[in-house]
Amino acid sequence: MHLFSLFIGATLVTNIILSSFLGLCSFIGVSKKSSAAIGMGGAVLVVITLSSAITWLVFNFILVPFEIEFMRTIVFILLIASLVQFVEMVMKKHMVSLYKALGVYLPLITTNCAVLGAALMNIDRGFDFATTMVNALGISVGFFIVIYLFSTIRERLDLAKTPEGFKGAPIALITASLMAMGFFGFLGLG
Amino acid sequence: MSSNVKAEALAPEAVSKQKYNYKEIISVGMFKENPVFTLLLSLCSALGVTSSTFNSIAFGFMVLVCLIITNTAISLIGKYTPSEIRIPVYITVIAAVVTIIEMLIQAFFPDLFAALGLFIALIVVNCIILGRAESFAGKNPVLPSIADAIGSGTGILIALSTIAVVRELIGTGGINLQFFSLRLFPQQFGIGFFVQPMGSFIVLGMIVGIITSTRLAKARIEKTKPKAPVAAKA
Repeated sequence: MHLFSLFIGATLVTNIILSSFLGLCSFIGVSKKSSAAIGMGGAVLVVITLSSAITWLVFNFILVPFEIEFMRTIVFILLIASLVQFVEMVMKKHMVSLYKALGVYLPLITTNCAVLGAALMNIDRGFDFATTMVNALGISVGFFIVIYLFSTIRERLDLAKTPEGFKGAPIALITASLMAMGFFGFLGLG
Repeated sequence: MSSNVKAEALAPEAVSKQKYNYKEIISVGMFKENPVFTLLLSLCSALGVTSSTFNSIAFGFMVLVCLIITNTAISLIGKYTPSEIRIPVYITVIAAVVTIIEMLIQAFFPDLFAALGLFIALIVVNCIILGRAESFAGKNPVLPSIADAIGSGTGILIALSTIAVVRELIGTGGINLQFFSLRLFPQQFGIGFFVQPMGSFIVLGMIVGIITSTRLAKARIEKTKPKAPVAAKA
């Protein structure tokens, strides 16, 4: 039950994009089309879940015994970069259709702050392995839901009459604000 | 629109000239290609830390210092780095610098460290730092790279403080820097919406929209000017 409420909390209440401000570059950049948003969301889902598991293991079984916890940022970013590369290679070999769908978005994920942010958040809060996994899954599902919903809104927004200067990113940010207001209502769930 | 600006960022006019125009490099990073307002990079920090003006100025300085150090280091090693592995090398350099800054802040300014928290470590994945390393510092000598870092870093500082001033002023009725405070109206009349996450999106959206509109209007005026003699010729 505790894990379930954690999952709901990470997905909706403290949503990684709308209330923790992580992963905004891809949120604004890759949400023009819903197919692209599904691709990015799926890629992030895979990478956040895997990277949270691996960074947790490396932190607790390598960095802590050697007392080099301060190296965590460097180690984590290198782990994430190599993990992304590895996932890309595996997908290219065994899951060709998925690779073609996600292909372009995979390398972008290395510099997606949601991935590093999720990994560091799990360590900062002192979670055990199971909790880390549930939290990571919750965060990435939250990312997926929000980026997909947002992309469908933006597809409709293209048809709306927007002042010239506000087309594109500015109106998207204002829409995101309204969406964040909606998600603020989930606070009662936590 | 945004891809157009990005292409410009990759090849600024100042770079192609053999003689570097430092003033131009700095002003391009600060205003014309402001990282937050026109390139829409490093949005996470632009929204995450800007609920208080003091914190965002401090964070802006952190990014500026970090950018100067990484740009210097990367322009020094740029020539000797094989291009296949340059991104991991750059990221490692950046991560090392950020870790040093994080530890210094934690030691000397614990309050600031508590307030900014995760966002200091996340300077590592701040697109603008890797972006400047990749598009400028890796290919250019040290001095222009430092100028570029000062330009873009100050650009971030300006952007963050602008957003923060608007948010804090409307949200709490005044601005509270540690050494100076200003009050427009009593705190209980502040609109809490603007200090909360959703307020930041709308403030950034409005600022970017206003800047783009002004630019478009300027471009329209400039377009109509040189057209007049051409029309006369025809």
